[in-house]
Amino acid sequence: MSEYPTALQIADGVRSGDLKAVDIVEQHLATIAETDDEIRAFNYVMADEARRRAAAVDATVAAGGDPGPMAGVPVALKDNMCTRGVPTTCSSKILDGWIPPYDATVVQRLADAGAVFVGKTNLDEFAMGSSTENSAFGPTRNPLDTSRVPGGSSGGSAAAVAAGYAPVSLGSDTGGSIRQPAALCGVVGVKPTYGRVSRLGLIAFGSSLDQIGPFTHTVADAALTLQTICGHDPGDSTSIPEPTPDYSSVLDRGVDGLRIGRIADLPDGADPDVVARTDEAFAALEAAGATIVDVEVPAFTYGLTAYYLIAPAEASSNLARFDGVRYGLRVDGADVEEMMRNTRTAGFGDEVKRRILLGTYALSAGYYDAYYGKALKIRRLMADDFARAYQQCDVLLSPSSPSVAFPFGSKTADPFAMYLCDTYTIPANLTGDPAMSVPFGTGADDLPVGVQIIAPALGESVMLQVAAELERSAS
Amino acid sequence: MSDRLSPDVVAKVARLARLDLTPDELDRATGQLSDMLDHFADIDALDLSDVEPLNSPYPLVNVLRDDDEQPTLDRDEVMASAPKSEDGRFWVPPVLGGDS
Repeated sequence: MSEYPTALQIADGVRSGDLKAVDIVEQHLATIAETDDEIRAFNYVMADEARRRAAAVDATVAAGGDPGPMAGVPVALKDNMCTRGVPTTCSSKILDGWIPPYDATVVQRLADAGAVFVGKTNLDEFAMGSSTENSAFGPTRNPLDTSRVPGGSSGGSAAAVAAGYAPVSLGSDTGGSIRQPAALCGVVGVKPTYGRVSRLGLIAFGSSLDQIGPFTHTVADAALTLQTICGHDPGDSTSIPEPTPDYSSVLDRGVDGLRIGRIADLPDGADPDVVARTDEAFAALEAAGATIVDVEVPAFTYGLTAYYLIAPAEASSNLARFDGVRYGLRVDGADVEEMMRNTRTAGFGDEVKRRILLGTYALSAGYYDAYYGKALKIRRLMADDFARAYQQCDVLLSPSSPSVAFPFGSKTADPFAMYLCDTYTIPANLTGDPAMSVPFGTGADDLPVGVQIIAPALGESVMLQVAAELERSAS
Repeated sequence: MSDRLSPDVVAKVARLARLDLTPDELDRATGQLSDMLDHFADIDALDLSDVEPLNSPYPLVNVLRDDDEQPTLDRDEVMASAPKSEDGRFWVPPVLGGDS
């Protein structure tokens, strides 16, 4: 399906001694050097670190040891995940000069599994956006058509996989920031169940919504990466203390007997090409033995409103820590409050300021009940609606994004037009359910279309099982 | 533009959020936030009086670890990224009274 070696192929080769991790990393660094001046997937290429780590992996194999299930696999990290000794910016000026003193748990787990980090990827500032146009360092281009956006906010991570810079990258998904760019770049993107993957070391945006997950070319590589990064972490109080199932073992099971939910009252707005591919995905699953069930999720319609009150509210609180005192940028002032105002005014970009203002407003005295409080109640309705739907079906299927990749600048004038990109992805963040995007054919201008699979909490296995069937149907 | 928000309210919110807005930025922010609140009006008519709010998808309970010493971050490494520090402490301008 892909012209690039998969993570599984690399890990198998490196572990058996047939491939050298140092050769693999050089190939990927060469590809980055060749084209990333144009694509700009990376904020920072970790070339020296990658070479050192790859050599260490090879040394372990030479000494008769096993470097782990992701031995020698190049991995790109969204630049909102802490990497000890390597700059971490959130694509914001406000973190200028900051070098984290610790690794995020996901970074530690990938390193322990033998992965080789090649760099930190670009994002919409603090993960706020759907096009990576909000980065303080300039946009990332879609490798499939450089006149178009890669999606966002994890646009750099999606582009890094699509461009062949790494077979695996990590993104974070607060309202669709993994699934939407995955769809727009033609790769697989997974948002696990809230709490499945530790958020320790992920710089917080919306703490009750954020979740880390992988981008890959194949469903099998996504399963491999999830296996590595999922699991309880005592350092994250929202981490779920459940064992991680063997995700790779379900991929060949097919979908015979599974019930696939089609949401009857899905908000419209998806382009005809996206609707057509989604219909074909239903048909493909039905042909493979699944049953299509129509379900109702009436609260789906209110997801966008609930999300754009809850996420900015949480963000306004989380981003209060960027005040010029402990890390990053400081712009001096006569007293501490003026210093904080000067720092934040100079350090945050327009979209981040917009969301901080919206969130502060939604939480402020006199408006809390009308906005934030009401949004939390809609969140309850959403969770109840989904729970009812899961009584009738095993997973739900929908478009991932309303459209294929769009041209630069086409949605920047109207913030709400950009927010509409998240219509189909937001509900799974509000409920905490796992969801993923799988490439399924192409739409307008031959650009990829992704379909979304949503499963009940901790239902990653059945979600991946369905994704693997769609992958077989699409190829 | 909607009349859901006045520039005064937005200016107050900006002060709470420790952000300075120029007069132009204040006008633009007022317009954009009003437009958003108009879009969000789809929830105005919902009767949610009987619905319990859901704060987090995961039922949060306090988990206390044993009260024993654990390694902490390296102090010098942490302070190295501070904009200004002195003797292992963060340095800030006067908290009260400016230059006085």
